[in-house]
Amino acid sequence: MTGAELLTAVLLGAGAFVALTSALGVLRMPDFFSRIHPAGENESLGQTLIIAGLIVAAGPGGTALKLLLVWGFLMMTAPAATHALTRAAWQDGRRPWSRDDDGPAPPTPPRAGGAST
Amino acid sequence: MTDRWIVELLLAVVVVTAVGVVRARNLLVASVLLGIYSLVMALIWTAMEAYDVALTEAAVGAGISTLLLIGALIRTGSRIGGSKERDAPRIDKVALAVAVLTGAALAYGTLDMPAIGDPTAPVHVHPKVARHYIDRSMEETHVPNMVTVVLASYRGYDTMFETCVVFTAALGVMVLLRRRRPPAEPAPGEMREQAIFVVMTRMTVPFVLAYGSYVITHGELGPGGGFQGGVILAAGYLIYALVYGLAAAQRALPPRLTDVGAGLGVLIYAGVGVACLLLGGDFLAYDALNQADPAKGQQLGMTLVELGVGLTVACVMVTIFNEVAQP
Repeated sequence: MTGAELLTAVLLGAGAFVALTSALGVLRMPDFFSRIHPAGENESLGQTLIIAGLIVAAGPGGTALKLLLVWGFLMMTAPAATHALTRAAWQDGRRPWSRDDDGPAPPTPPRAGGAST
Repeated sequence: MTDRWIVELLLAVVVVTAVGVVRARNLLVASVLLGIYSLVMALIWTAMEAYDVALTEAAVGAGISTLLLIGALIRTGSRIGGSKERDAPRIDKVALAVAVLTGAALAYGTLDMPAIGDPTAPVHVHPKVARHYIDRSMEETHVPNMVTVVLASYRGYDTMFETCVVFTAALGVMVLLRRRRPPAEPAPGEMREQAIFVVMTRMTVPFVLAYGSYVITHGELGPGGGFQGGVILAAGYLIYALVYGLAAAQRALPPRLTDVGAGLGVLIYAGVGVACLLLGGDFLAYDALNQADPAKGQQLGMTLVELGVGLTVACVMVTIFNEVAQP
């Protein structure tokens, strides 16, 4: 096994680990906002590790460049999608759960434009 | 060829997702599951090295149809929020028997089918169909992507009427849903005032549009073609409309233009066929377009036809989105 193959295996393994833990996180977390957090981690860190592994496997060249572009677009769109989801939930009146108020969700606030940025 | 077990594992995921779609009481959940179903199918096509199909499945199945389904749910006011709307479904014994018998007959029928990838399967050895495509397509057209040659040239009639089907879908949506009033301006504080979405849109939409054009025009050389590229072009419009609002999107691309474009694409396709007739050939037999070099004629014909398909598909998707997203 060459050094590049080893590096690929380590990066892909780390990416798969992040994907697995974030899947567990989505299943285990208590409310919407804390669930979307591990999902977002997979979309940013997990895919970064996997694409890095694939770039090492592909070696320098056109394929690596394409993978780098895919990474760039995913880094732009995936966090924006996560942000859009949380914003939509916030505007829909959902509030983060906390240990103190384990009751029903608070009433819908007035449309809080731009509150979350 | 990828290991068979990967395909079989993915097929198992497809079955699980399909069962989930049927069992879901919530239509929004069912729509999202259908998107996952398509995405896994796209992975299977990739594993089987059917890249053209994979690209279509990812763009149409997982991408735009999920969005259109959700839009239709919102538009029809279906209860997409409620989950436990009914108690356990009543099982109709006759329907169950019919379904089980049909399924058993179909499963029995598959026993006689050749194995996946069997090179001696009848579909691969027919002298006038598959063998002709495999042996002669390069010689007759000088186009390396055989899938595109089959779709756009050898089976040009089929693809022309598929384009007509897509166009008819847009006509149906227009007749049923179109209203004459312009869409409302989005309220302040919507996504278009958020730096994150604006920057993301500005940095991706130009590339999405460029990539869609590339996929339409380079179908002869690589995976892709009019259908996939048209959907990708429409996706660029959709991102813009989601962030900047429908009113701004329709100012950038007026519905009047997409109405004309949807019809124009079909006209280009059929027009290429008529041009072949006028030049002395058969309908859609592109050899006639260049008497001196039939392969050049084939390439010209396929490029024009793919442009027509791309134009129609992009405009139809944008039209359906416009009508469905209009509250």
